Amino acid sequence: MKDLNIVFAGFGGQGVLFAGKVTAYAGLLSGKELSWLPSYGPEMRGGTANCSVCVSDAPIGSPLVTAPNVLVAMNLPSLDKFIDAVEPGGVVLIDSTLIDKKVERDDVTVYYLPATALSEEKGLRGLANMILIGKLFAAVCCGEGERAFCSWETLDRALQKCVPARKAEMLAYNRQAIQLGATL
Amino acid sequence: MAEKVLMKGNEALAEAAIRAGCHHFFGYPITPQTELAAYMAKRMPQVGGTYLQAESELAAINMVLGAASAGVRAMTSSSSPGVSLKGEGISYMAGSDLPALIINVQRGGPGLGGIQPSQADYWQATKAGGHGDFQVLVFAPSTVQEMVDLVSDAFDAADKYRMPAMILADGMLGQMMEPVILPEAGEKQPVEKPWAANGHQNKRPHNVINSLYLTPEKLEDLVLERYERYKVIEATEQRAEEYLVEDAELVVVAYGASARVARSAVNKAREQGKKVGLIRPITLWPFPKDTLKAAASHVGKMLTVEMSMGQMVDDVRLAVECKIPVHFFGRTGGIIPTPAEVLGEIDRLLEE
Repeated sequence: MKDLNIVFAGFGGQGVLFAGKVTAYAGLLSGKELSWLPSYGPEMRGGTANCSVCVSDAPIGSPLVTAPNVLVAMNLPSLDKFIDAVEPGGVVLIDSTLIDKKVERDDVTVYYLPATALSEEKGLRGLANMILIGKLFAAVCCGEGERAFCSWETLDRALQKCVPARKAEMLAYNRQAIQLGATL
Repeated sequence: MAEKVLMKGNEALAEAAIRAGCHHFFGYPITPQTELAAYMAKRMPQVGGTYLQAESELAAINMVLGAASAGVRAMTSSSSPGVSLKGEGISYMAGSDLPALIINVQRGGPGLGGIQPSQADYWQATKAGGHGDFQVLVFAPSTVQEMVDLVSDAFDAADKYRMPAMILADGMLGQMMEPVILPEAGEKQPVEKPWAANGHQNKRPHNVINSLYLTPEKLEDLVLERYERYKVIEATEQRAEEYLVEDAELVVVAYGASARVARSAVNKAREQGKKVGLIRPITLWPFPKDTLKAAASHVGKMLTVEMSMGQMVDDVRLAVECKIPVHFFGRTGGIIPTPAEVLGEIDRLLEE
């Protein structure tokens, strides 16, 4: 696989760190090298939160992604902050419920997904992050693409690792959200 | 083989310590190290150990001193401003020949500074952990797996040489998650500590743990004996990783988090056909002088990369005995240098 360097970014509470963790676990279970690095500090309390995830065949050097080839943006400040840094040819996933703006670059592939609206409509409130994960794996991480590293079955095992036992009832909702995102 | 799990650096340090037989932890919260203490708070009761959140860093380090005096494996962890507060206790432990582990998950300074990753405590760790003539063993991991491995090594070395050891990490390593394989608990037998001040039912003379010696001759003798041990450590315990050094014209020298950035830059340079390598000190004290000196005989120049204004670079210059130019590139205040910045510096130096 070609190196996958993802930035997940949004408001604190939207689950961007969790989305990154699921992706990281999928890398682990696929036998890849990987790293997960969160932003930490005051911005996590109500402000913006983000994490860098690297998946590769080779050991990860700097885990801080400064030029992502995939950006998952869940709010406008995050899109504004990272869009210029995305590598040409990169993929951008946008929660279009919360981001009322089109990307002006024409050298990246952009998916506009009304993830937050869909999550509320389908009884999956709070799982917009997993809808985006579904699309991310469909578009990039699973299948035949040059940065694909994972099977759907492995993603499901990663999800099982990340949903804590005390929230086991959430597993089914997370799966639904991923399936919904994958078909968008 | 044990299963690979995904862990944060801070949590991996804590679990590794417990598995290395450390059942006594004393700490005080500070970002970006707090997950370590939180993990200890959760785990210690499960293994019948002691987790204690002290009223201050000063109290915590002195509790470590007390526990180490009784002969058990003890540790504390903090971040830069907190480690400054522990300086007194570290000096007292060195002066009492006590083994213990201190973890510094560095953040930007001086003063309260910031909370983002930094390597500006190199001088403090290797040269000025407190007052007096002494050294502590300093280990600098650069991956979460190495954090696990070095915790065990640091405890072993501290026990062997009867001195404090430190893991010098930083906010990036503490906060990031990577796959790790944890060792089984109890793989190692506890070391005999006949000097420990613990209960013995009057079967031997009392052991006294003390760092006060009012007779200069006696104090000098003690310090000289300690420095004999330091000589052995400097001769036998130096550790460094060499990466693509053999045919290199330029070698980057970096430790910890900045070594990861440097490795990315070196890989890019190699892709472009440039002969660049990396030396990564794993022990900061003893500093791996021998590796650097050997490299200086066939390398044209060196570039030290740090998340500071340039601290380790002094030791690199001393190690190569000024035989080749040693340059410096750093970012500070909590900024992590990018591989592109380091590559830019490599290019500039290769063109000179």
